[in-house]
Amino acid sequence: MSSASVEVRPSETPPSFQPEPGAPDNWRRFFSFSTDHKVIGIQYIVTAFIFFLLGGLLAMVMRGELITPDADLVDRTVYNGLFTMHGTIMLFMWTFPMLNGLANYLVPLQIGARDMAFPRLNAAAFWLVPVFGVILVVSFFVPGGPSQSGWWAYPPVSLQNPTGNLVNGQALWLLAVALSGISSIMGAVNIVTTIFRMRAPGMGWFKMPAFCWTVFSAQMIQLIGLPALTAGAVMLLLDLTVGTSFFDPTRGGDPILYQHFFWFYSHPAVYVIVLPIFGVFSEVFPVYARKPLFGYKVVVVSSLLITGLSLVVWVHHMFASGTPSWMRMLFMFTTMAISIPTGIKVFAWVATVWGGKLRLTSAMLFALGGLMTFLFAGITGIMLSSAPFDIHVNNTYFVVGHFHYVINGAVVMGFYAAIYHWFPKMTGRMYYEGLGKLHFALTFIGINLIFLPMHPLGLMGMPRRVASYDPEFAFWNVIASLGGFLLGVSTLPFILNMLSSWNFGKDAGDNPWRAIGLEWMVPSPPPHENFEEIPVIVSPPYGYGSDEPLTSNNPNGESIDEPLPGIAIGGAAV
Amino acid sequence: MSATNVDSALNTKSAASSHVEHEEEEDHRMFGFVVFLLSESVIFFSFFVGYIVFKTSSENWLPAGFEGLEVREPLINTIVLVSSSFVIYFAERFLHKENLWGFRIFWLLTMAMGSYFLYGQAVEWQGLPFGFTSGVFGGVFYLLTGFHGLHVLTGVLLQGVMLGRSFLPNNYEGGEYGVAATSLFWHFVDVIWIMLFVLIYVWK
Repeated sequence: MSSASVEVRPSETPPSFQPEPGAPDNWRRFFSFSTDHKVIGIQYIVTAFIFFLLGGLLAMVMRGELITPDADLVDRTVYNGLFTMHGTIMLFMWTFPMLNGLANYLVPLQIGARDMAFPRLNAAAFWLVPVFGVILVVSFFVPGGPSQSGWWAYPPVSLQNPTGNLVNGQALWLLAVALSGISSIMGAVNIVTTIFRMRAPGMGWFKMPAFCWTVFSAQMIQLIGLPALTAGAVMLLLDLTVGTSFFDPTRGGDPILYQHFFWFYSHPAVYVIVLPIFGVFSEVFPVYARKPLFGYKVVVVSSLLITGLSLVVWVHHMFASGTPSWMRMLFMFTTMAISIPTGIKVFAWVATVWGGKLRLTSAMLFALGGLMTFLFAGITGIMLSSAPFDIHVNNTYFVVGHFHYVINGAVVMGFYAAIYHWFPKMTGRMYYEGLGKLHFALTFIGINLIFLPMHPLGLMGMPRRVASYDPEFAFWNVIASLGGFLLGVSTLPFILNMLSSWNFGKDAGDNPWRAIGLEWMVPSPPPHENFEEIPVIVSPPYGYGSDEPLTSNNPNGESIDEPLPGIAIGGAAV
Repeated sequence: MSATNVDSALNTKSAASSHVEHEEEEDHRMFGFVVFLLSESVIFFSFFVGYIVFKTSSENWLPAGFEGLEVREPLINTIVLVSSSFVIYFAERFLHKENLWGFRIFWLLTMAMGSYFLYGQAVEWQGLPFGFTSGVFGGVFYLLTGFHGLHVLTGVLLQGVMLGRSFLPNNYEGGEYGVAATSLFWHFVDVIWIMLFVLIYVWK
């Protein structure tokens, strides 16, 4: 059956369609201006991962500096540049492009579309990523070094420009962030249009996989929030380069206004990052627990609730910025309220796993580990939402620990879960399970070893963003640094696994996990344009344990007289 | 079933579905453009919010020795720009009725009105006693009018492209997406200007 479909594939491309440069299995297409969403998805993910390694390297230099109380390994100004670029690279070069990559690869497959709505816009948005990545890297080598004002670039610190050059680290930083914003908006327009208009027949909103829901919710935040950051960045750039005084307090400007612009986007940005990872959890748990996603409708509607609420919580980053008390109370309330839809999701995942037939593959382990770290981050998050407590630990390592439990704990582990889960689909080959489990163990221990000590450090009052510290903080810092190096080492089995499995892994087949979903009903890797026949959806997703077929036709293009492995999988699963 | 049977069946199927897809792309573009414009409007709203915060909290709002903005000339400018939204609507109507010359004349009139607006803006800028470094007021005034002016310029350039395209044979066989999108953009620029005018010139 499968050999027949392989044979006919060359003739299935309609003559009116632009042929891809190179054959589908040609590695060169990953270095071309390809408009295939699957190629672009992998381009995004690989590029982002390279920057993840760079950002991690910067973090390890910082942990090397912090292993002793004195500022001895690097100069203090270098340290400032390190934490600024670490944060900037990790957010703008790693998480956003990585998640855009996942969304690009998966959304058209999961909604039964042949490609994104605007393939060329898609490719252009991706190729901006290396451009602003290079700009950020170049800023290390301009006189005065890279930006030193932290990833949020608060004025008046960010307006200092000590070298006096027009081309300085801060200006390049703003340029890169602006380009990243343009790329993200291009991606968001594309993804929202695709999800709105290109779902397969029969796929109503409540038959759409949870990952697509979360991507949609996240991209709505990009569309509403990102322009506010762009506005603030434009004004900051004008202040820095041509001498306006929007944010310069000595000339009548208002630096707090910048903080509002910045956090109006950059707090919701955390949900842009974490929502698709919630989607990954919602996809992974049902497959490896052999149970439907618990409370599917409530889970997906919670995503939209998070989108709405995330836009009205930003002032909790500014409790210590001279914010009026009515504002503190209001935003304290909204911040606590956002834990409700988030908590609903956590309960739904636990209920999904509860009593299931668990298969502890690498993907499932990473998802469970990510869920645990996220729960911990959520609890410290509720602590931080309380204004008195927040002011107490403001600008300490407690905040750094909380944030990294979300981003490195939940998001990076969720990313690894997604890669292990969909790697067979993307490459057509299986990864090595042993290396995957080793990777999980190192990552999970490393994350807790580096970020857990930051909580006691913060409560003891150790300020963040400082290269030296009081010797009383030394114990926890040594542990955190060891954890940091372990986390660095943990990427090695992953890289080894990915490279070797992609080349020499076992053949994966169409559906190695016996998962239910459109992407598992097409060959691995999916052919150009994904589906020979656009599927017609007849059931909601995650029908594990029920015998209902997901579609009324076979997207592989063959008739369904005999039961196919991709259809009515539930019966086979029990 | 034999491989050749599958082959021919697939060919017809995929050819048919790809045809449908290409027709649908028109709608996607307009939908995507509307999404983009909604997002773009947030930049303007952010600037507006910044303006309101500055104006209500600043101690020395206007630059020293400056009484306030002249309203008469900008009002004429406003009337011209707002009227051009009606003119471009008629241009679109002509295109729907496949009256190409009617379309071109009204389209060109819109471009002329947009250009007049830009000219009026430049004249106003020239006559002002303050620059963009003269305090927060100067900065925010030039930022708002300049950023909006860039949009008007973009609109006029897009209109120029669409005017040129109207001379290409068979240009509208695939739909009138370009014209519709340019027109929508023009209305958007208009609405933004009305808010901007109220904020900067009317609100004392």
